[in-house]
Amino acid sequence: MNDLVIDARSLRKVYQMGEIQVNALAGVSITVRRGEMVSIMGPSGSGKSTLMNILGCLDRPTSGEYYLDGELASDLNDDQLASIRNRKVGFVFQSFNLLPRATALANVELPLRYAGMTSGRQERARQALVAVGLEDRIHHRPTELSGGQQQRVAIARALVNQPAILMADEPTGNLDSKSGKEIMELLLNLNQQGTTVIIVTHDPSVAAQTQRVIRLRDGQVEESA
Amino acid sequence: MNLGQSILEALESLAANKLRSGLTILGIVIGVAAVIAMLAVGTGAQDTILGSISGVGSNLLFVFSGNFTENVRNVQPLTVGDAQAIADPFQAPSVEAVAPILRSELEIAYGGEKTFTNVQGVTPEYAQVRNYAVTEGEFINSDHILGRSSVALVGPEVADKLFNRREGITGETIRIEGQPFRVIGVLESKGGSSFGSQDDVVLIPFSTAESRLIRRSRDRIDQLLVQAVSAEAVPQAAEEIAQILRTRHRTALGADDFTVFSQSDFVQTAQTITGVLTVFLGGIAAISLLVGGIGIMNIMLVSVTERTREIGLRKAIGARKRDILIQFLTESSLLSLFGGLVGIVFGWLIAFVVGQVASASGTPFTPKVGLDAILLATIFSTAVGLFFGLYPANRAASLQPVEALRYE
Repeated sequence: MNDLVIDARSLRKVYQMGEIQVNALAGVSITVRRGEMVSIMGPSGSGKSTLMNILGCLDRPTSGEYYLDGELASDLNDDQLASIRNRKVGFVFQSFNLLPRATALANVELPLRYAGMTSGRQERARQALVAVGLEDRIHHRPTELSGGQQQRVAIARALVNQPAILMADEPTGNLDSKSGKEIMELLLNLNQQGTTVIIVTHDPSVAAQTQRVIRLRDGQVEESA
Repeated sequence: MNLGQSILEALESLAANKLRSGLTILGIVIGVAAVIAMLAVGTGAQDTILGSISGVGSNLLFVFSGNFTENVRNVQPLTVGDAQAIADPFQAPSVEAVAPILRSELEIAYGGEKTFTNVQGVTPEYAQVRNYAVTEGEFINSDHILGRSSVALVGPEVADKLFNRREGITGETIRIEGQPFRVIGVLESKGGSSFGSQDDVVLIPFSTAESRLIRRSRDRIDQLLVQAVSAEAVPQAAEEIAQILRTRHRTALGADDFTVFSQSDFVQTAQTITGVLTVFLGGIAAISLLVGGIGIMNIMLVSVTERTREIGLRKAIGARKRDILIQFLTESSLLSLFGGLVGIVFGWLIAFVVGQVASASGTPFTPKVGLDAILLATIFSTAVGLFFGLYPANRAASLQPVEALRYE
């Protein structure tokens, strides 16, 4: 049990859209072990974004139980969810989502600030940037960085709090193929060093590089190979 | 996140939109500047008025004939007899000294110089009551009164006009309405007051004035100044004077045909006026701060919408509701605090300029920017920012991370 970073049991998510109820997730049960690298695939509308939001503790399931790193995460209030996101989840987004006015270092420092850390933040943030190979871009702003470099900053930000899981939503979607490849290599590398990684993607070639693919269709897990 | 970081971050964010931030705080700047300037000018004016009132003398009561608040028919003038009755220590124990005055604008001449000046016939008590001193020579004494002497004391302004100097005038002879008067002294300068210049004056013995220069029927006098024995005795003295005059004027029933004013009455009147002014200014301030605050709220709402994705990202990496709330509240209160500070500087400048203009046009007074006004403006403008920032900040803090991240 403790080996499972993600343990989701029959997650359901129902959206009320006017009169109609939409079942975005219709009973999804998945588990991810520590150190695994898993991709979630599926066409649009399959519920993979919803699943990622719930697994990333951005949202709550309508019903079902979800344990993240041994903590029950399906029944928390907003601030408790914020705290668990801060401690246990690192996000990498398709559009990087960096603060444009802040330097790479300040961007990476941000989760540590919300964690309430008062001293040694800069050093931790610097180490995270070194780990993604950006030691010479520490004081650059996002506009002074290439897409690939921006995504590296985002990965450093996701890792700086040493989360239980790294959630990447189409991490290569906004990048040219060369940068995309480099980012995938970085993620694989991190996984080999022990980080649990979940990638949500459309791209079969990205999914092919992961150990396991979870396919979603109409809010249900299609196959788990 | 601690407050220091929030402030730094807010500063960065405000600096990123300098023009917008500047325009947003304009309302607050104008409001605060107006308040600071007007308060400074008001306080300065009040100080000047109060200074001149107390400069007239201490524990003074002014007795005028006539009633200032009601219509009274057959007003009897104040007379020498009234003055003597009030000076009686048995009838009016709270009265220290009484100074009856006759006054008129008369022509003064020396050599080829001529001027019209306020000539006052006074008794020796006048020096004590009005707190007058001489820079040279001596004051009018009882011998001058008894002898109806043709002697005069000149004020420094009159000395300037006639002699072009203020020393060595004693012993000279001036002519008042053609009659020769020997100068026995020069008055110390008292400066201007709201009652006109106190230096542009010539004092002569009361008896001389009465018999030769300022003839009044039936022992009439123009003004009566009374000094009370102490500040506490002023109301008591006023009551005693009123009793004596009612008996003498036979107006025990009905309205008085005289008015007793004390210095504190003048002070109170001045304070009432400035009080009204303050309320009025407070109204203006409230309105402009309200308008400024709405401006801030408007811009903060725009800012929240613009930064929806940023808010979503911050939430995704662990910002709690409170963190976002503090972030936006810090921004809005810093914004209006800046407005307040700039407004204080502006107001100060305006007050300074007004002071310069006033002294250039001959009414010297010093606008005072009090620490209380600065503190009030600072606290108030920050509070405005806090209050009007509350709604936008709360809106930002209540955003759901999923929707905020999806926002385009």
